[in-house]
Amino acid sequence: MTTLEALGLRKNYTVRGGLLGTTLKAVDDVSLVVRPGETVALVGESGSGKSTIAKMLIRLVEPTSGSILLDGQEIPSNRKGTRTYRSRVQMVFQDPFSSLNPAVTIRYHLSRPLRIHGIVKNKQEEEAELLRLMDSVNLAPAAAILDKYPHELSGGQRQRVAIARALAPRPEVLVADEPVSMLDVSIRLEILQLLNELKLERNLAVLYITHDLATARHFSSQIVVMRTGRVVERGPSDEVILKPVHPYTQLLVRAAPDPHSEAFVVDPDRYRNSPDVTISPNDPVVGADVASTHWARSWDDDPAVTRMLESLANSQPVS
Amino acid sequence: MSNQTLLSISGLTVDYESVSPVRAVNGVSLDIHPGEIFGLAGESGCGKSTLAYAVTQLLQPPAVISAGSIEWTNADGSALDILKLGGSALRDFRWKEISMVFQGAMNALNPVTRIESQISDVFLDHDSGLSRKERRAASASLLQAVGIDPQRLRSYPHELSGGMRQRVMIAMALALRPRLIVMDEPTTALDVVVQRSILEEIDRLRDEFGFAVLFITHDLGLLLEISDQVGIMLEGSLVEQGTSRQLQDAPQHDYTQHLLRSFPSLRGDVPLTGRRYQAAKGTALS
Repeated sequence: MTTLEALGLRKNYTVRGGLLGTTLKAVDDVSLVVRPGETVALVGESGSGKSTIAKMLIRLVEPTSGSILLDGQEIPSNRKGTRTYRSRVQMVFQDPFSSLNPAVTIRYHLSRPLRIHGIVKNKQEEEAELLRLMDSVNLAPAAAILDKYPHELSGGQRQRVAIARALAPRPEVLVADEPVSMLDVSIRLEILQLLNELKLERNLAVLYITHDLATARHFSSQIVVMRTGRVVERGPSDEVILKPVHPYTQLLVRAAPDPHSEAFVVDPDRYRNSPDVTISPNDPVVGADVASTHWARSWDDDPAVTRMLESLANSQPVS
Repeated sequence: MSNQTLLSISGLTVDYESVSPVRAVNGVSLDIHPGEIFGLAGESGCGKSTLAYAVTQLLQPPAVISAGSIEWTNADGSALDILKLGGSALRDFRWKEISMVFQGAMNALNPVTRIESQISDVFLDHDSGLSRKERRAASASLLQAVGIDPQRLRSYPHELSGGMRQRVMIAMALALRPRLIVMDEPTTALDVVVQRSILEEIDRLRDEFGFAVLFITHDLGLLLEISDQVGIMLEGSLVEQGTSRQLQDAPQHDYTQHLLRSFPSLRGDVPLTGRRYQAAKGTALS
């Protein structure tokens, strides 16, 4: 079983304009480790670089620097290596309304990866595998749905198809980029629970990318919070949500709807001196204990955080 | 806030008369009072958007309002039957009395014209008799009201972020100082932080302008937080209605209880079901 390690990932984009153009650091030195049977949640606002990380992890985007390792090994980036890599790392996309091709049937969607990655040898095996896949994502009646087109299915069913497609090459790592944000609230939970069951059954390493802190807390053991391309806080899920240290994490906690609890007031000093928390300007070196360490980036020299705190001071009720 | 109702819907029924007719809204009655936020929640397909469209008579065939009434109380206290409005009377009524912020407002702006001309369109269309200069000034102050730099009048929609476009939509809805704004999933496509700032903006504007809001979303957690009154819809019917507190503390209908368990609490611990709701009569929803 496979551990996914991303070490010191960076992605720079050159923005046109100005004399020489400027460099946009979409992802700036991010390291992640996802172990088998574990879900790590990557949270942050839109534009924080979460999806760029997802794209680098499934090799849709080449990192500017940094390395991605599977079980400590780098997989060559040639054609054959990429195919091997993709059979081991798969992705579930955000929008099941656009990630499935409207012109072809569900059977086509699921049989392509089976053939491309050589999972099945003949028609009988393919048919059996298709039914197994449909069963594993609880799509019934399997035979009838296989011959349908995406538009004939509901959003939840479509996302189940997208998950089945990702599972088809029998991956060891699953990257789920906002897998439920396009779905109705009433069915989000069942899709997340399905992903959770599949993770346990298949011992998958799951990277769950989301901006929903509540589900991040409930479905992952570790949370990594990103802002403008950098990790600002990371640690065990309950720690990060219940004792958010970095002002930006606190802002996210405040922004999330939570009718069952008292309104959250941002206070950058609240957990600052907690002995369980490490605050430092540099990311902790990814090591054995990184999953259990609650770390936050120090924000004293960050003008964006200062501005954020000032504007909040005007709008939030005094505690 | 007075005790008089602003909008009173009673027994409203809407059918889609297609090959297989569908009753999208089934005998819904609800009252909205001045200055109140009425939240309407329910899953996709429960008829909440159809209800919103009925309020402003925006339904298109094959949708037909087959029963019920929608009554509006004018500023002078006289009553008005919205469903009887037509032609220029309806045109005058819309936007001036009730305006709407549509779902997916990110895409509701015309991509090829500037923000300014889209906002001044409202004034032109509703014949407010303003000069070009006055229209520009009014548009600028509207943008300012929703927290956008008036310089942005010169921008095209694609030059604005999603949250800013949503604010522009709200600014347009405010243009003629309506007494009710219908908001159909106004924050669904937005990021949580942006969503929170829009919600706070709506609340602040409500204090400033005193309008009521019919707020429609499938996100019950959000709704409970911002609404005064909450209604829960299921398969076209309003199955429960009460204050936000009542629904949270003592939900009566088992569908409400199910919905309350279908999203995890951020900081508290609430048991989750994660199961699809099965109505008592055994009809599965999909």
